[in-house]
This record gives sequence, C-alpha cells and structure tokens, in this order.
Amino acid sequence: MTATVGRQAQAAARASEVWKVYGSGEAQVIALRGVSCEFEQSRFTAIMGPSGSGKSTLMHCLAGLDSVTRGTVSIGETTVTGLGDAGLTKLRREQVGFIFQQFNLLPTLTAKENILLPLSIAGRKPDQAWFDTVIETVGLRDRLDHRPAQLSGGQQQRVACARALVSRPQVIFADEPTGNLDSRAGAEVLKFLRNSVREHGQTIVMVTHDPTAAAYADRVVFLADGQIVSELIEPTAETVLDTMKKLDTQVEVGD
Amino acid sequence: MFRATLKSLLARKLRLILSGLAVVLGVMFVSGAFVLTDTLGRSFDAVFADAYEGVDVNVSAKSRMEVGDFEGEAVAAPVPAETVERIRNVAGVADATGIVAADGARLIGSNGKVVTSFGPPQIGANWVGTSDLVQLREGREPQADDEILVNAGLAKAGRVAVGDRVGVLTLEPKQEFTIVGVFGYSGGRDAIGGVNEVMFTTPVAQRLMLGQGDAFTNVTVTAADGVANDRLRDDIAAALGADFEVKTGAEVSAEASATLKEGLSFFNRILLGFAAVALLVGTFLILNTFSIIVAQRTRELALMRAVGAGRRQIIGSVVLEAVAVGLLASVLGLGAGVGIGALLAYLFGNLSGGLDLAGIAVPPAAVVGAFGVGLIITVVAALLPALRASRIPPIAAMQDVATPDRPLTKVTVTGAAVTSTGATLLFLGLGGHAGDNALITILGGVLFAFIGVALLTPMISRPVVGLLGGIFSWWMPGKLGRLNSGRNPRRTAITAAALMVGIALVTGVTVILDSTKSSISSLAEDKIKAELVIGGAQTGPRPPTFDPAVLEKTAALPGVALVGGAYGDLAQVGDERTWVGANSDVSTLTQIFGARATAGDISRLGPDQMLVSSDVAASRGLSVGSTVPVQLARAEPKTYTVSGIYEADELLDPITLPVSAAQGFTIPQPIAGFIQLTPGAQAADVLPQVEPLLADSPEVSVADREAFIEQQTEPLDGLLRMIQILLLLAIVIAVLGIINTLALSVLERTRELGLLRAVGLGRAQTMGMITVEAVVISVFGALLGIAVGAGLGAAVVEALRDEGITDLVLPWVDMGTMVGLGALVGVLAAVIPAVRAARIDVLGAIAHD
Repeated sequence: MTATVGRQAQAAARASEVWKVYGSGEAQVIALRGVSCEFEQSRFTAIMGPSGSGKSTLMHCLAGLDSVTRGTVSIGETTVTGLGDAGLTKLRREQVGFIFQQFNLLPTLTAKENILLPLSIAGRKPDQAWFDTVIETVGLRDRLDHRPAQLSGGQQQRVACARALVSRPQVIFADEPTGNLDSRAGAEVLKFLRNSVREHGQTIVMVTHDPTAAAYADRVVFLADGQIVSELIEPTAETVLDTMKKLDTQVEVGD
Repeated sequence: MFRATLKSLLARKLRLILSGLAVVLGVMFVSGAFVLTDTLGRSFDAVFADAYEGVDVNVSAKSRMEVGDFEGEAVAAPVPAETVERIRNVAGVADATGIVAADGARLIGSNGKVVTSFGPPQIGANWVGTSDLVQLREGREPQADDEILVNAGLAKAGRVAVGDRVGVLTLEPKQEFTIVGVFGYSGGRDAIGGVNEVMFTTPVAQRLMLGQGDAFTNVTVTAADGVANDRLRDDIAAALGADFEVKTGAEVSAEASATLKEGLSFFNRILLGFAAVALLVGTFLILNTFSIIVAQRTRELALMRAVGAGRRQIIGSVVLEAVAVGLLASVLGLGAGVGIGALLAYLFGNLSGGLDLAGIAVPPAAVVGAFGVGLIITVVAALLPALRASRIPPIAAMQDVATPDRPLTKVTVTGAAVTSTGATLLFLGLGGHAGDNALITILGGVLFAFIGVALLTPMISRPVVGLLGGIFSWWMPGKLGRLNSGRNPRRTAITAAALMVGIALVTGVTVILDSTKSSISSLAEDKIKAELVIGGAQTGPRPPTFDPAVLEKTAALPGVALVGGAYGDLAQVGDERTWVGANSDVSTLTQIFGARATAGDISRLGPDQMLVSSDVAASRGLSVGSTVPVQLARAEPKTYTVSGIYEADELLDPITLPVSAAQGFTIPQPIAGFIQLTPGAQAADVLPQVEPLLADSPEVSVADREAFIEQQTEPLDGLLRMIQILLLLAIVIAVLGIINTLALSVLERTRELGLLRAVGLGRAQTMGMITVEAVVISVFGALLGIAVGAGLGAAVVEALRDEGITDLVLPWVDMGTMVGLGALVGVLAAVIPAVRAARIDVLGAIAHD
C-alpha cells in the first residue's frame, strides 16, 4: 500500500493558501485560514476535525461547490478558482464525483438509472466492462431495477457510491458517507470505498467525524479552527482518537 | 394560531399571489359586468329622459302584434291624423303634435355607402320645429318634399353638409333629397345615444316611414299650466277609447329604457358566463396550490398537532389563509372590474356612435358579487386540502414520512360517477327532455362533465403523460422532466384540467360553429339552383334590402332564366307567431329551391292564397282549402286560403304568402334575390350587367353563389373569434396554474436539483428539464380539452340535427393549433420556474437539510 502511495504521489486535488471568510464586520466568521494541502492520486484521504473546524467548508471549496475568498483550488490540471457556471458544470461532469450523507438519489429513477445519471447527463456512453466491475464490487446486481424507496439505507448509499465511481472522476468527495447508516452498513460502504482506491486507483477525499471511519483511509488530515493542525499516515481508530483528544485539549488550552 | 397562519401566509407570498390572481381575474369579470351594465343602463335612462323631455303625455295606437325578446321593435299601428284634433279638444291639453318617427331611414354618405349606426336605430321623422331639445344649427326647415334635415351626428358620420344632394333608403327604395339644414340637441350634443336622424316634411315622412298618409306613429301632448300629467293621461285615454295607448312622457321613457336594458341583461349574462369559466379554472388552481402548500407543510402542521393543536384548529388555519387570499383577491378584482367595466362602457359608447355615458358608479351588486364569489370560491377550493391537513398524524413531525402514493381508485370511481351524471344531464338537456330548464340542464351537464373528467384525469394522466413524455426520452433532461410530470398524478391532473376547461370550450364552440357553417354551405350548394345571388352582409338589426324593381330589370337581361326576390317577416298566423316569406316569383320555389308539392299546386299563388310546409300543415292540421287569418306588421288582418303544401325543407319558409302581402311586412323590400341563368349563359357575363342595376341599392351586391354563401356565414366567423378571445382568459389563468405548480415543485425539489447540478446537469439542461415537465403537462391538458370539447361539440351538433345541422365538422387545423398552443403555453409557463431552478445554489441545496 505504501508502495502505491509512493508510486503515484501526484496531487489529484490541491488547495493553496485558501481563506474562506463569511459575512463582514461584527458578523465575520473565518472558516479557513490559509489552508494549503495536497490530495495525492489513488489515495483515500480523510478530513477530520471538531464541529466548526472548517472541514466541510474545505471540502466544498475543493469540490468547487463554494468559492474561496483568497487562494486557489485546483483539481488535476484544472484551476477551479474563478471558473464560471459552465466551467464548473464541466468539472463536475468530468472530474468530480460526490457521495452525500443523505444518499441523494432521484426517487423517480431506478438504481441503474441513478448510477448512470452523470453519464447520461453528460451524454457519455458507459464503459460496459467498468460498469459491470462497479456493480459487482458494490453487490447490486439483483437490485438494479429497484427504485430508491425499495432499497435499504446501506443499499441506497452503495448506489450513490456506484454513481460516483462509474464516471471515473479525478476525485470523489464523500461528505460523512456513513453518517446515516448503522455500523454494519457503514463498514460495508467504507470497505468498498477503500477497495476502489486499492484495486482501481480511485482518489477519494472523505469528511468524517467518526474515528472508525477515518481509520479506513490511507491518511487523515486534522483541521481545527480553520487550519490544518495535524496529519496521520496509515491511521488506526486508536491513533485517530488520540489525535482528536489532543486537539480538543489544545483547543481548550488555547481558549 | 391566528398569528402563525398570518406569518406563514406572508412567507408564501409568491404562490399565493399566483393563485390569488386567478380569483382576481374571475372577480374582475363579475364586477366588470355589473359596472358595465349599470353604467350603460343609467346612460340609456338619461337618453330617453332627454328624448321625452317636454312630452307630458304620449298617445300611440295599440300594436297589432305582441313582440317578444330579441324580435326587434314592434311596428305600432299608425294613429289616424284626425286623432290629433280629438286630443286637442280634450280639456287641459295645451298642444298636441302628430309625430312620425320610425327606424329604417338609411342615408347614403358622400362615399356612396350607407351610413351604419352599429346598433342604435336610424330614425326617419317629420320635422315639427325646434324645441328645448332640438336646435337648428345650420340652414333652415324643410319646405319642399325633396328637402331634409339631418342631425349633426349623421352629418359627420356620412360626411355630408347643407346643400348636398343625398340618397335615403326608407320603406321605399332610394330617393334623392337636398339637405337644407343640420340640427343638434341641447347641451351642444350631435346625437342622442348615437341615434342617426333624418327629418322630412310631414307628408314625405308619412309616406316613406309609415307607408301611409294621414297618419302618425304617435302624438305628443303638452299639458296646460296647472294640469297634472297623470290626470291628463287619464282624461285623454277616456276621450279616445280603448284602441290607444296613453302614457305620460316619463312612463314612455322608462319603458323604452327598460327594453334596451333587457338587451343589456343578456349581455350581462354572457359576461357572467365567462366569469364563471374563469372562476371554474381558478378553483382548480387554488385547490392545487393549497394542496401543495399543505403537502409541503406536513412537518410543520404535524408539529402543531404534536404541541396540542386540534383538528379544527388545523382546518381553521388553512381556511383562514384562504379567506385572507379570497378577500385580497376580491378587493383587487373589484378594483380591476370597475376599471374594465368603465373601459368597456367607454368602448361601447364610442362604437355605438357616441352614447353620452353616465358617471361610473359601483353598484351594490358588483360589490356583493365580487366578495361573494371571491371568498366562496377560495374557501371552497381550500376546504379539501384543509381536511387533508387535519388528518396529518402528529407522528409525521418526527418521521420523514414519504407521502405514500394514495390509490386513485376512489377518485376515479367518483370521477366516473360525476362524468356520467354530466353526460346524463347533457343528454336530457340536448335531447329536449328537460322542458323549460334545457339551458340550465345543459350548463349543469357541462360543469359536471368538466369536474368529472378532472377527477378522472389522474388515472388517464399515467399512460398519456408517459406516452407524451416518450417524445423527450432520448434526452436525459427530457426524460427527467417527463418522470417529474408523472410523479404526482393528482397535481399534474388538476393543473392539466385547468387548461382543459378553456381548450374544451374553445374546441366545442368551434365544432358547433364550423358544423353549422358547413351545413349551411352544403345545403345551399346542393339545393339552390341559382348561379348568381343578390344580397348583403347584415351589420345591424335590419337586414340589407334592395329595390324590387331590380328584380324585373334583372329578369329582362339576356341569359337570365328566372329571378326570385325573397321577402320575410314575423307575422301572427292564426294564434301563433311564425316566420312568413314571400317570393316575387313563386315558380322559383320549385325551379330554384327544389320544393316538392305534397298537396295542391305550389307553382302559382293567388292574392288570397298561401302555401305552407308539410310540417306546418301537420302541426296546425291544415290541408288544401283551409283558411287561416294572418296579421302582418303593417296591414289589416286578412284571411288566406291554403292552396298548396310543400315538403318541409330548411331552405323553404314554413309559410309562403303572395308577394303582394310583402307590402305589409316590417321591411317591405326584398332581402335577397336569386338569379338562375339560361343553359349556356355564363355567370361572369351576366354579373357585370346586374351590377349597374344595384347602383341605387348600396346595401347589397351581386355575387356568385359561393361568394354569397361565404358572405352569409361570415358573421359566424366573427362570433367564433369573439368567443375564442374571451375564452383565452381561461387559458391565461391555466397558464398561471402551470407556473404555480412548477414553481412549487421546484421549491419542493430543491435538494434534488442541487444533486443534479452536482453530478453535472448544466443550467440550460436544468431549464430544459423544467420546460419538458411543463410542456408535457400543458400538452396533456390541451389534448384532454380537445377530446372533451370535440365530444361536447359533437353532442350539441347531434342534438341540432333536426334544426338542419347535418354535418359534423371536426376542426382539425384548429385542434392542431390548440395542441401547438398547449406546447407554447407550457414553454411560457416554464420560464420563471426554470430560471429559478437554474439559479439554485448547489451547495445550499445539498449541504443543508
């Protein structure tokens, strides 16, 4: 695994000196304070931090969902900062995939149609072999014609994962993907995400507050108060928890 | 609870404005109709009060016939000239003046065309000198028989002036006169109520307007000082006996005004009819809006239930919201209605030649109608959603209850029941089984049919929307749009049903009018064996006429085999009022109109004989030799003997009198002339020879049969356009409905739209998706409307089969246009919601609950 990381240590997504400020004057909130960070290709990175640390904001900025106040964000060769709506749409079609806490499947479409939705929207043909591979990996072969309402939460999230994977984006951003699942279904989804990184070279950036979930990642970046404060390579649930505890103490001491 | 309701109301301004707008438009029509009729009514009062100013008592002879609604003015029997002397001798009479005044004096303007008035009568009268009302503006009084005065309004309309030599059409064909003076009315007015007046010397007026000398239409009486009008009226009545009608000036004026107002109330009913259509569509719209609002507020309402709100309070809160919307919409609608009523009154006044309008006032009926209708419609429409809201269980606050797809069985069964009730009512009404209540029964049937079909729509929508959407399925946004439109069958159905109503009515009316037109044309083409026809387009209450001498001159032309001039009028035949005709040449009945005798001889007609159709013969028990008393408008009663019976036919009059009787008709001139050519003669050769003969009859022209038929059916086209324009309003309201539904759906699906944008749906694609959804709904509504409308139209046409409407014409082109219109309506309605959807902030949509 280390070898894999070493071999392809090119950045799939990069933030340089990113500041994000909401509001102005008295109501001003600084969510990110000059964050610089790289997310290497074919790696599974988790972003952690206490509530209000800016972890979600960082992901939204990286994914081009939110604009940055200062600094630049790029995905692959594309500089995201400054893109207009058409550019962002193209970016989302070709280079970015999303997995949400709420699954966000279209209730009118079947599982298969949901999975193929990004490709249909972009007017691209699915690569049949890759589609089959994805379906096998997520284990949804016999559920393809079901609508979301007929699937369990875990199954819905696996459909969402398949949807993100099927267009082979540069990066998949996952926002608390296990937040709405019980621990067993959550573990399945996480294993599946890790496998897609190891076996297929997918790049995934995941925001989570769950140390167990973070332990599935190759690397964990810790945020506190809008800054990157720590990092762990090859984390385990224990090391993550320890780091989190340390962070909490630091914050308390800092206050 | 009250405050909570008001707050939620304010928070949903846009959607309530949209649904309220439908009520505003309906209320506007209702109050506008009342304001218009009230204003015009008071204007008419003023006109007649003016016209009878200075008349203390009026004496006229009893009319020979009773005239019903919409049959024109009665031709009063003339008052013998000696009556004036008799009245003068009654104690208390200061003066009595014999007046000749009758409709039908048509001046030929400087452009050679007859000056038309578009409604108000064109009076020909005798000049009896100036008065407080009538003032000579220019020139002098008429002295010679070929001298006339015209009122200033007519002089302007016809562009004629003192010294001009002009033609005037009256009971007699065109005669030439010199205008020796122009007169106006008190207050500097050119005309009263848009009436054109030509003043002759008394003998000429008697001859041309009454058709007999030594008589007047009425006698106006001035009372001596200190004599009360009603007292004098009774004295004169006693002195003259029972053959006369004696009334005070005020009574006559009120009666004349009331007659016109009768016509107005008909106009009022039409406007109210359109208001009803607008409100029916509006009801669908409000029902839908409140349903969606309740659906979206499920959590909030459940929370209220959880914290202790009772069912009644929930219903109360929704109904209160409806009351607020209804009140506001009624106020706005009333305001707009006053404006529209004033505008229409102004237009009407101008069109009818300058009616002096009374001030605009808001009659109580307008206010009561506006608030009654606005509030009732809104509250009734909100009641169903309110009941649904009250059934939301408190637990819904805690769970993310996916609104389950309620089965459509109940609504479909109800829909089928309501539809068949409608069909039954239509059958009874159209089939003539409902007696006097036919109109009400038919209207009720149409209403039930609409509501029934609207209830059936959710069921129909599934397959149809799927099929329609199939057209767009090759395109991902199109497919998503299609799926969205099929997502909530009830919502889609009500939205489409709103559009259905307008389109169904337009289609139905088009089917009926087109069928009528086609039936008339094919009948005329099949049966009238005349190559050329003399006739004109009717622009007012009087049909165009021409000089009977034209008939003889035409008959003498080379190439002409037969000429028949047709006359017609309503007459009292036996104890029934019936249409009677006369023909200058009875042989045309068989030769041109293909009449077939069933008894007696129908090829000739003596001066005391009459021909009747087989229908009339059967219903009145007549046979050859029977005698029938006939009272014509301008003749003494006379008994005719039936000399022949012909097979009843739409082209033939029920009763044909000898042409000599036509002199007793209200209009004693031919209204159409049919020319049959000799074999081998060309219409194109004969036509230029007939044209110069019509030089003195500018109201008519000669044309080939096809052109004549077209001319005769033209008014139907005008009627159709007018109805279509008024029904457009219903379609506009339906567009509001589509906008509303879409806007609410977009709001409801914010998260979904965010997701779609996140996975790469572009702005244009988003707009495309919304547009497809709208187009699918609107085209579905249009198709439904066309189907329902064609059905209703066909039912009416079928019912009119006996009246001679034998062709059923489905207006394919119009129907196609309406589907296109439906699609266009969808595209237009989608604009605002689509732009809103495209502008959704992706992050905001997906990152928050």
